[in-house]
Amino acid sequence: MQAIDLTINGKKIAAEPGMTILQAARKGGIHIPTLCEHPAIPIAGACRVCLVEVENSPKLLTACSSPVAPGMVVHTHSPRVLAARKAVVELILIRHPLDCFSCSSNGKCELQDVAYELGIKASPFTDEGDTCRDYALEDANPFYVRDMNKCILCGRCIRACDSLARYHAIDFQNRGIRTMVHPPVGKDLEHSDCTFCGQCVQLCPVGALSEKASTGQGRPWELKSVKTTCSYCGVGCELNVQVNTRTGRIANVTTDYLSPTAVNEGRCCVKGRFAWQYVHSDDRLTRPLIKENGAFREAEWAEALSLVAGRMTAIKEDFGPDAIGFFSSARCTNEENYLLQRLAREVVGTNNVDHCAHL
Amino acid sequence: MGLYRSHVLICGGTGCVSSGSLEVLEALKKGLAEKGMDKEILVVSTGCHGMCEMGPIVVVYPEGTFYCRVTAADVPELIEEHLYKGRVVERLIYKGEGKASDVPHYTEIPFYKKQHRIALRNCGYINPDSIDEYIARDGYAALVKALTEMTPEAVIEEVKTSGLRGRGGGGFPTGLKWSFCARSAGDKKYVICNADEGDPGAFMDRSLLEGDPHAVVEGMLLGAYAMGANEGYIYCRAEYPLAIKRLKRTIEQATEYGLLGEHILGTDFSFELHIKEGAGAFVCGEETALMASIEGRRGMPRPRPPFPANKGLWGKPSNINNVETWANVPSIIRNGGEWYAAMGTEKSKGTKVFALTGKVNHTGLVEVPMGTTIREIVFEIGGGILNGKKFKAVQIGGPSGGCLTKDHLDIPISYESLSQVGAIMGSGGLVVMDEDNCMVDVAKFFLEFTQAESCGKCPPCREGTKKMLDILTRICAGKGKPEDLEALEYLGTMIKETSLCGLGQTAPNPVLTTLRYFRDEYEAHINEKRCPAGACTELTRFIIDADKCIGCTKCARVCPADAITGAVKQPHVIDQDKCVKCGACAEACPVKAIDRR
Repeated sequence: MQAIDLTINGKKIAAEPGMTILQAARKGGIHIPTLCEHPAIPIAGACRVCLVEVENSPKLLTACSSPVAPGMVVHTHSPRVLAARKAVVELILIRHPLDCFSCSSNGKCELQDVAYELGIKASPFTDEGDTCRDYALEDANPFYVRDMNKCILCGRCIRACDSLARYHAIDFQNRGIRTMVHPPVGKDLEHSDCTFCGQCVQLCPVGALSEKASTGQGRPWELKSVKTTCSYCGVGCELNVQVNTRTGRIANVTTDYLSPTAVNEGRCCVKGRFAWQYVHSDDRLTRPLIKENGAFREAEWAEALSLVAGRMTAIKEDFGPDAIGFFSSARCTNEENYLLQRLAREVVGTNNVDHCAHL
Repeated sequence: MGLYRSHVLICGGTGCVSSGSLEVLEALKKGLAEKGMDKEILVVSTGCHGMCEMGPIVVVYPEGTFYCRVTAADVPELIEEHLYKGRVVERLIYKGEGKASDVPHYTEIPFYKKQHRIALRNCGYINPDSIDEYIARDGYAALVKALTEMTPEAVIEEVKTSGLRGRGGGGFPTGLKWSFCARSAGDKKYVICNADEGDPGAFMDRSLLEGDPHAVVEGMLLGAYAMGANEGYIYCRAEYPLAIKRLKRTIEQATEYGLLGEHILGTDFSFELHIKEGAGAFVCGEETALMASIEGRRGMPRPRPPFPANKGLWGKPSNINNVETWANVPSIIRNGGEWYAAMGTEKSKGTKVFALTGKVNHTGLVEVPMGTTIREIVFEIGGGILNGKKFKAVQIGGPSGGCLTKDHLDIPISYESLSQVGAIMGSGGLVVMDEDNCMVDVAKFFLEFTQAESCGKCPPCREGTKKMLDILTRICAGKGKPEDLEALEYLGTMIKETSLCGLGQTAPNPVLTTLRYFRDEYEAHINEKRCPAGACTELTRFIIDADKCIGCTKCARVCPADAITGAVKQPHVIDQDKCVKCGACAEACPVKAIDRR
């Protein structure tokens, strides 16, 4: 397709048809701050932080929602744009608590980033009482905490729930200053359609949604992302396990919505995202056990595997290969299950293969 | 329709119904039947006459005698004197400024004399529930003309020639808007009527839907034909039950007459029309929010592009116009665009309906040619300021509009002239204010409205209007700071610059215009802790003039807060800490010894 040539901040950019100004700018390596935008969900044009000046357009336009046009001349950091952007962030900050020290989003907070970029320490319009919205913390569920006092109403959680999780468990409620994100009227999260998949938590640009288990487990800059496959079921969701490089322990699990290899395209369920604590459980079996005289004792892998191999060989010799059955799990990966059935069929010589989902 | 020697028209609009016109209607029908006159005199329940403040209104034809504030108890006399003996009941006729003995044809009354009714032409003349009466007034003639003699392009050209612009407030040229939708590719298109009238004090759309619903439907049919749409929605606020009832009846009748449905008038043009009731959100008057609401989602605006003409309702090309715009279309097609364009100013053609309210003698709906001055509307049509007080300002264009002063009274009203002075045409709300109105308080009122109705989507509107309201509230309470005015100007400018939709982009207008034209009032509140109009209760003090007080104790007896003390026949004193500023004492004082400061 014919590229669309436009100029952003004096730089010529060849955009693809259908691109927005924001996408074109990113393609050309030009940064435009955003808050309500996320590539995985539909555009809202709500936060007004990405406003840019387009020559011959009397109004400032949101870069996230405005399509590129041939010959367009865009200014992303003109004095007019910067003044507007500063005003918008000042307004968002009127009621946003500045408790960044203790906030779990410190270091990954997108509002913090925009304010830093614009040199805003606090809103000049904050009056006494403005930052004390009296929303009670919603933490009845075991997975995440909703703190509506920190919510900037960008609506990313709503769009994630609607377009990624497809539950539409939450939406805006009330009007004016009382607008909030909430499950259906009269219901709390625990009695709504929410499945606690936590995609909203990952997409929240601030600290309004935070995972309970990751509190205190590490600051964003201490974490190393390790790509892995979820071990809960056979779907094979790709997960990014965030490991604290200092403690070697998991801090939380995220997903990559832009990963070209992920079958889940960034989606995952409550177990994949929130049920990772078993990794560090004291009750977890980390070494093989051998049962002797009715009691288990710890053993080395070599000893345990030799024992199993010896017993299988003996049973096969005495009773034939069909005396042995292999039982796998839907929680193993496809590759693991494939190897198991090869072991059964090619090494032992039996077709007795089954898995837990048959139970 | 039978032949009658006289027609008695009773207003059945919401205003007159609430002041008792239904009872008058029943009494008339009953009374005439009892007298055996029901075969010679026809009683018709019509739509709004516009002069709602004088309701219930009864007009007797062919004389055109205009009776106002008629009650059921007046009916026997009306029948006996006027309808039986042919003598005007003088005590019930409209008196206005003139003498009771002159009984003009009601169109000669000042309120009606200067008006030029196109959109409202049938309101008050016909029974809105009767399609036959509409047809008798050339109704659906434009549709027949368009379907049989005109191509869709020719219809659009006619509307373009007329210079008609969106009457909902935006003022976008209607013909041009239609051409966008007509050009948009798609096998399915929608036309939508925005009847989510929400500006405080504006009720022209309601009156049109109640008084001449077929005109709106005919306008939509013409638009649908011109743009190639075969389905339409009327998005009407649920707070207008009578309008919805009449619209339903209208759709039934038009369908029955083959004017809605498949193969209209035997042509290939088909059109299906639905009514969608709104749920009470002001922002649903914004077109993208309105469409979201029709689709069953929360009514919140979205950025444009894509424009509705390309991606509207359910992603299909759609065209939205408001009630008044649609109602003008049949007359334009019937009489030609040139006819319409002959009225008005260079860029604002035709007429506009204004809802005249506030401190004016005759409140109601007035339709005047563009270019009429505010002075003509307020002083000639509206009969001047109530109780002989001094004119102070007029708030024009609803919560998105601005406050104009006596210096603007002679501005010929047009989209351009109003925006030049910081106001907007809006939907046509005109709130008249006198010397007792505090302009800071007025600005605060409109900000309360816009803040409460902000959908909450974008920070400038949600947070910004709240902060402006906070500042106005503290100024009215005498706690304003000198730097507050600068903050209001900064916030107002930035909210206009950065808001997502028209609601936010215009919300600061009442504040910015009052700051521009009545800055001294703001300064008095802040620097002198004084409300010059005496309207802000927290800045008002009631003080008894000891020299005038006769010690009658009346004030102390009516005071609900026991704030007044004093011995009989001795001057009384108001305890300012206890006073709740209700003003009951000042009203009760027989010697006007209590000053409001």
